[in-house]
Amino acid sequence: MDVTDLTACRMRDALRARDLSAADAAEACIEAIDRLNPKVKAFLSTDAQRARRRAAEIDKRLDAGEDVGLLAGVPVAVKDNMCTDDGQPTTCASRILQNWRAPYNAHVVERLLAEGAVIVGKTNLDEFAMGSSTENSGFEATRNPWDLDRVPGGSSGGSAAAVAARMTPIALGSDTGGSIRQPAALCGVVGMKPTYGRVSRYGLVAFASSLDQIGPFGRTVEDAALLLQATAGHDERDSTSVSETDEPVPDYLATLDEPVAPLRIGLPREFFGEGLDPEVERAVRDALAVYEGLGAELVDVDLPHSTDYAIATYYIVATSEASSNLARYDGVHYGHRSSDHTDMIDMYMRTREEGFGDEVKRRIMLGTYALSAGYYDAYYKKALQVRRLIRRDFDEAFETVDCIMGPTSPTAAFRMGEKTADPLTMYLSDVYTASANLAAIAGISVPCGFTEAHLPVGLQILTGVFTEERLLRIARMYERETDWASHAPPVCEGAS
Amino acid sequence: MSGARLIPTIGMEVHLHLATRTKMFCACAVEYDAPPNSRVCPVCLGMPGVLPVMNKRAVELAIRMALALGGTIPDFAQWDRKHYYYPDLPKNYQISEYDQPLGVGGYLDVPLDGKTFRVGIIRVHLEEDAGKLMHAEDGGASSVVDLNRTGTPLLEVVSEPDIHSAAQARAYGEALRLLAVYLGVGDCNMELGQMRCEPNISLKIGEGPDGTPRYTPISEIKNLNSFRAVERAVAFEIARHREEYEDDPDGYTLEHLGKSTRGWLDDREQTFLQRSKEEAHDYRYLPEPDLVPVVPDRKWVDEVRAALPELPETRRRRFVEQYGLPEYDAGVLTADREVADFYEKVAEATSDAKTASNWMMQDVMRVMNERKVGIADLGMSPANLASLIALVAEGTINRSIGSDVFAKMLETGKSAAQIVAEEDLAQTSDESELEAVVDEVIAENPGPAQDFAEGKDKAVGRLIGMAKKKTGGKANPNVVREILVRKLRG
Repeated sequence: MDVTDLTACRMRDALRARDLSAADAAEACIEAIDRLNPKVKAFLSTDAQRARRRAAEIDKRLDAGEDVGLLAGVPVAVKDNMCTDDGQPTTCASRILQNWRAPYNAHVVERLLAEGAVIVGKTNLDEFAMGSSTENSGFEATRNPWDLDRVPGGSSGGSAAAVAARMTPIALGSDTGGSIRQPAALCGVVGMKPTYGRVSRYGLVAFASSLDQIGPFGRTVEDAALLLQATAGHDERDSTSVSETDEPVPDYLATLDEPVAPLRIGLPREFFGEGLDPEVERAVRDALAVYEGLGAELVDVDLPHSTDYAIATYYIVATSEASSNLARYDGVHYGHRSSDHTDMIDMYMRTREEGFGDEVKRRIMLGTYALSAGYYDAYYKKALQVRRLIRRDFDEAFETVDCIMGPTSPTAAFRMGEKTADPLTMYLSDVYTASANLAAIAGISVPCGFTEAHLPVGLQILTGVFTEERLLRIARMYERETDWASHAPPVCEGAS
Repeated sequence: MSGARLIPTIGMEVHLHLATRTKMFCACAVEYDAPPNSRVCPVCLGMPGVLPVMNKRAVELAIRMALALGGTIPDFAQWDRKHYYYPDLPKNYQISEYDQPLGVGGYLDVPLDGKTFRVGIIRVHLEEDAGKLMHAEDGGASSVVDLNRTGTPLLEVVSEPDIHSAAQARAYGEALRLLAVYLGVGDCNMELGQMRCEPNISLKIGEGPDGTPRYTPISEIKNLNSFRAVERAVAFEIARHREEYEDDPDGYTLEHLGKSTRGWLDDREQTFLQRSKEEAHDYRYLPEPDLVPVVPDRKWVDEVRAALPELPETRRRRFVEQYGLPEYDAGVLTADREVADFYEKVAEATSDAKTASNWMMQDVMRVMNERKVGIADLGMSPANLASLIALVAEGTINRSIGSDVFAKMLETGKSAAQIVAEEDLAQTSDESELEAVVDEVIAENPGPAQDFAEGKDKAVGRLIGMAKKKTGGKANPNVVREILVRKLRG
């Protein structure tokens, strides 16, 4: 059996039993990356030597009988918008940070290291996490392991593709409007956006601060639970991270296999409307039937504001915050600086002109406009009001149902270049996912089948704030009845 | 057109550094003499991925100031981002409180020329300071930036336009500084840039046809870092507004020209235009998503209020009433909270509050100034000073010997009585002994003696001085005077 076929949890069991060494686990991933990454382009940077040294150190500690943590010896990939002070660049897939090396570790990176993980590399993304296809990377486009001519989704396309192609068992992504769940769906893996505040954002390079949340990718719900367990919890460096007193981190793995019963599933009409691909709808309806078979009750719910207005609201809030967060990239203190300028203002302008890609510039301009004097009330302030209504929609829905289900993405993976010419079409890829970020609630995408072209489809499940434990149990109920996780994409064939 | 009805109408924005150990949103030390860029971290450098964490001590100091100004503390304050591009601002936005400040309302009573005037306070809010940009001295193309100051907690106090002259502008700044220092809110060392004043000047022209007041355009003078500059810049602007208005009474108005920003050239003593209304920044304020609103605990606010000391202006008035001190003395003594505390103990232990005040101003504060130390570091207790004053009052030593004893007390740490005894400094009041001395003085100084005899009172000082000299300073001047009067005018 190939080591890369193991899930993180099974790998962890084998490492603890010393049936597998951390060195061999790391080597298997390094080998898979060497073989597959030239095709998939999931990683922007890897440091095999460092991973080998780290694995050897973990082996030594495991051999000595030490408790090395939840992820002892498990290889992990990290989206390249999270800071690592290991000498690898932290680029956000932007030319403006092409050679920038962070002088500090993100909170989640500290957590991974404290739990014994072996970080094997940094994964590709849409520049500054702005996009739904990973085609907006300033360096290269990631391919979907199920069809190399198609996109992996985005913005965490690199992490999703790395896990789908079994280059690492688990990976971290970030989700601002669907950037974990949508690529998880398109790559046939599990991807979770925890509640805003569940995982510290310290060291996550900000796109839209009030929406960004770090979350796990895995091939199974159990692996997502494991990685969430390792990274969740309060961090005093993030004022928006929830306190342990208010919301202690539960033991997600301990209760994972307990079904939620009775289970009332809310189906928003808005999630099954125009624009939904029939093959995607069929796979999702089949998944709902599986839940019904398990005794769940399907209930229609209304989220009146969350489809009609979610995308518009999202693109005002996110771009406004982005225009502010990205103001710091001016070439003065770090990162790219244009070598050709006449004065300070010219240096700012040329640096940003050269450093940012088109989509980033587009969003900075949208956000700058929305925040400008005279427009603030009409755009940003109005968007915040609608955001409150969207949150209320969900609050009211969760009074009568345990969770909300629907498709993660209206379509399966689309072709490279298919939507790049029309940003608005691309933006609609987030139509089912963005509202969860606006409402700050928890969401997950789990594989629920394939289209006729053998492209994965994702089922999205949403629950209320800080109910990740229940969300994982609900997802796991379905996963136990299916075997989608055992399907490997064609690119992996002949691996062993 | 007479300028007499043009009334200067001035509001002031004052920025002051709070006396916190660390910066507003990170754990870097606030230090003024550290090597450039040595008190920085990823957070205050605005590096990718960092998040601010609020300094609670800064909030406490801000609340203390707001309460001392008689303001109210709203249920919550909101952090906002104020955007502008400048190399001393690494994030290219400043975290500030825009429309939900920490403190609202209040006033400050400001003493000036023996009277007080009241300046209303609009708001008190917190923000972070920027770094310092320094341009190459050779006028070259490059500039350097020191980011040690970046993120230093700044308190901004915005006044109502209740100031009507340059002297008032200065007095307001001085009174606000005194209050902040008194409360321990800030050190307000203006040379270190710990306090900066930005007056907004306009002249009230009169009333429009509908009765609403009309004004000349508002000019805001940025970054004045001395009270002298405040007074001169305001005076310059008032005169300039007056001239501009008299040249063009229809055009030079607020409704036509709005608000402009001006700088102050200290050496040339004039202001210059920095930005007109058309060039005003659009700061694109955004509620700061990385920080939660400040919701001050009401009990905590009450505790801060209860811990407020007696404020300097109240205390100054009390010193005049309770101790019968001149306004000047009361002002000097209450300008430093510890000096005022010290004085009150001395005054209570001695019978003569005015004499105690003279000792404080002529001896204690003189040495403090010479040594540049606070009163606590002088090594003298109020009780020690009181017993020295008592020795003079009883006539054991004279006033000038008293000053010598004071110096020796500081030097040796001994008590006044001990020094007087050890050095045999008690003054001589023995008439027979002093008569012999006076005879010698008269014989040796026939001129002054003759003058005094002829009624020139001034000459007595010279003669008493000679008598003291002959006795090593111990001759009781009052007794010497009596003998001189008897012998020369008797």
